[in-house]
Amino acid sequence: MTLTEKILARASGKARVSAGENIWVNADVLMTHDVCGPGTIGVFKREFGKNAKVWNRNSVVIIPDHYIFTEDSLSNRNVDILRDFAREQELPYFYDVIDDPNGHWKFDASKGLMKKQYGSNYAGVCHTALPQKGHTRPGEILFGTDSHTCMAGAFNQFATGIGNTDAGFVMGTGKLLIKVPATMRFRLEGKLQPGVMAKDIILQVIGEIGFDGATYRAMQFDGPGVASLSIDDRMTIANMAIEAGGKNGIFQFDARTAEYVDARVKKNGTKSTYEPVEPDADQTFVYETVIDLDKLEPTVACHPDPGQRKKAKELNHIRLDRAYIGSCTGGKTSDFVEFAQVLRGKRVTIDTFGVPATPEIVHDLQTTRWGDRTIWQILEDAGVRMTENAGCSACLGGPVDTFGRMNQAGLKCISATNRNFPGRMGHKESQVFLASPATVAASAIAGKIVDPREYLSN
Amino acid sequence: MQSKFNGPVYVVRDNIDTDQIISAKYLNLVPTIEEEYEKLGSHAMNGLPESLYAERFVKPGAMDSEFPIIIAGRNFGCGSSREHAPIALGAANTQTVIAESFARIFFRNCVATGEVYPVECQGRLCDILKTGEIVTVDIDTNTLTQAATGRVFPLNQLGEVRPVIDAGGIFEYARQTGMMPKVA
Repeated sequence: MTLTEKILARASGKARVSAGENIWVNADVLMTHDVCGPGTIGVFKREFGKNAKVWNRNSVVIIPDHYIFTEDSLSNRNVDILRDFAREQELPYFYDVIDDPNGHWKFDASKGLMKKQYGSNYAGVCHTALPQKGHTRPGEILFGTDSHTCMAGAFNQFATGIGNTDAGFVMGTGKLLIKVPATMRFRLEGKLQPGVMAKDIILQVIGEIGFDGATYRAMQFDGPGVASLSIDDRMTIANMAIEAGGKNGIFQFDARTAEYVDARVKKNGTKSTYEPVEPDADQTFVYETVIDLDKLEPTVACHPDPGQRKKAKELNHIRLDRAYIGSCTGGKTSDFVEFAQVLRGKRVTIDTFGVPATPEIVHDLQTTRWGDRTIWQILEDAGVRMTENAGCSACLGGPVDTFGRMNQAGLKCISATNRNFPGRMGHKESQVFLASPATVAASAIAGKIVDPREYLSN
Repeated sequence: MQSKFNGPVYVVRDNIDTDQIISAKYLNLVPTIEEEYEKLGSHAMNGLPESLYAERFVKPGAMDSEFPIIIAGRNFGCGSSREHAPIALGAANTQTVIAESFARIFFRNCVATGEVYPVECQGRLCDILKTGEIVTVDIDTNTLTQAATGRVFPLNQLGEVRPVIDAGGIFEYARQTGMMPKVA
């Protein structure tokens, strides 16, 4: 069995499962957030009764992150719905925007979009916060009401996005009927060269198999090349399995996985036991390919879908209006470090927005010094508009007052995010080009899409 | 249950993602709140760029669509897992989406909610049919008939998901088949 099949077999209490089989699996964690949580709670109460209790209060994790720093009253209300539910169900893992468990969330735009307006429990973008807060463990099953839930496959677990109705069902029963996906194998060999990032790997892969090339399938990333990839790198790759239609992305377990997970569960006092899966010698795949990391070059997915692959160096004719770094996939500390390495001592020439995924990342950037400047200051010196209000922000457009949202037709943005269908970052007649943080940084300097290797200092 | 759908089609191309089905800015609406459910319908397919889709799926100011049937190309419903997408279509009175292929989560959400029948066609009906023309879709005989020409196109069987949608979604199906108690 493949990594995915082994986890699903265990979660369904079977010795073996095979692709195409429909099985009931037990969930370890159900995650929801502010745009799908209220609807999920609505389904749960409608179907199980207004006094029903969730199947396991330690297994339901609620992370508001999408529409937080907006004056839109319905969005503010949705955070309050989550708070009421968490209080009623006595959920220990609700990462509220505010500290008062009986309070109401209201964003105050008069204080500006840049200075932090959240309390001590706020966790930021759910997919990045889940591992930071100790909710991702090898061998487990994670369901989330968000398509990028597949990011947690970086931790050798089965993680996939579901709708509100399915999530309402999981909330009441802890179980879900799923089809075992066939596995596609991406064997990574070699090592990324300077200026080339994990984002380039996944953009290369999606370009290769197409925007629907992994529909109903698991994407397994293994091979000797994985060892050189950081946990952040693996998260970037697993995150975008959905952009090829994949049900999940999954990595093999190694010492790096153990080190990260062990430290995080200890720090947060979450469940510390887990059982990773190793592939069997007889695992079978519907597709196999080898990716030579040494040969990869900075890659861009052009408007209007993540499969529109081009090399950055081929796109110098595309002039840009803005640049954006942020999101689950592109707003991690390592993403900002790479971004800052390109921008250090230089200036952006187009509007450039920086949105760290989580408050912890804000802290990292504001406390890590290169010489006498923090990374945060270096980015501000370069002209990047950095906000402390960590969250999904303009990655998915959001309400019209969202930081970095494209509110005009015709704008072109290069972005370290994960999705670029029409209208993704705001106006439906705007365009998004997906690229690595390094490519976004170099392009922000040039005002057009460029290969970042020409901009690497030292 | 209704097995024939008749009326004008709305034709879209490949990769219509959930943002185009229901723009992210309307995700502040909670589908289980009745009036917000209706509002979602009024915004169905509003994320389609006007430059490509001059004729709108829901007319400005209307709450429902005049098009009970959507014809699409490959990968309809790709992108996010938002259940608001099939719900917006259902709330706008869409009955079925006929596509060359569907994205996985969207397809599942159609079934789980029972909002619309997601039916696969063979070949590119989106290249043949034009927005506004009348067709009849029959999910018993698995055919789509073009009214103007009488031409009949084969559709793939819905198979085991059909009774779930007939029932009105996964919970209703579970109650009807005895998997769950009738009253919560």
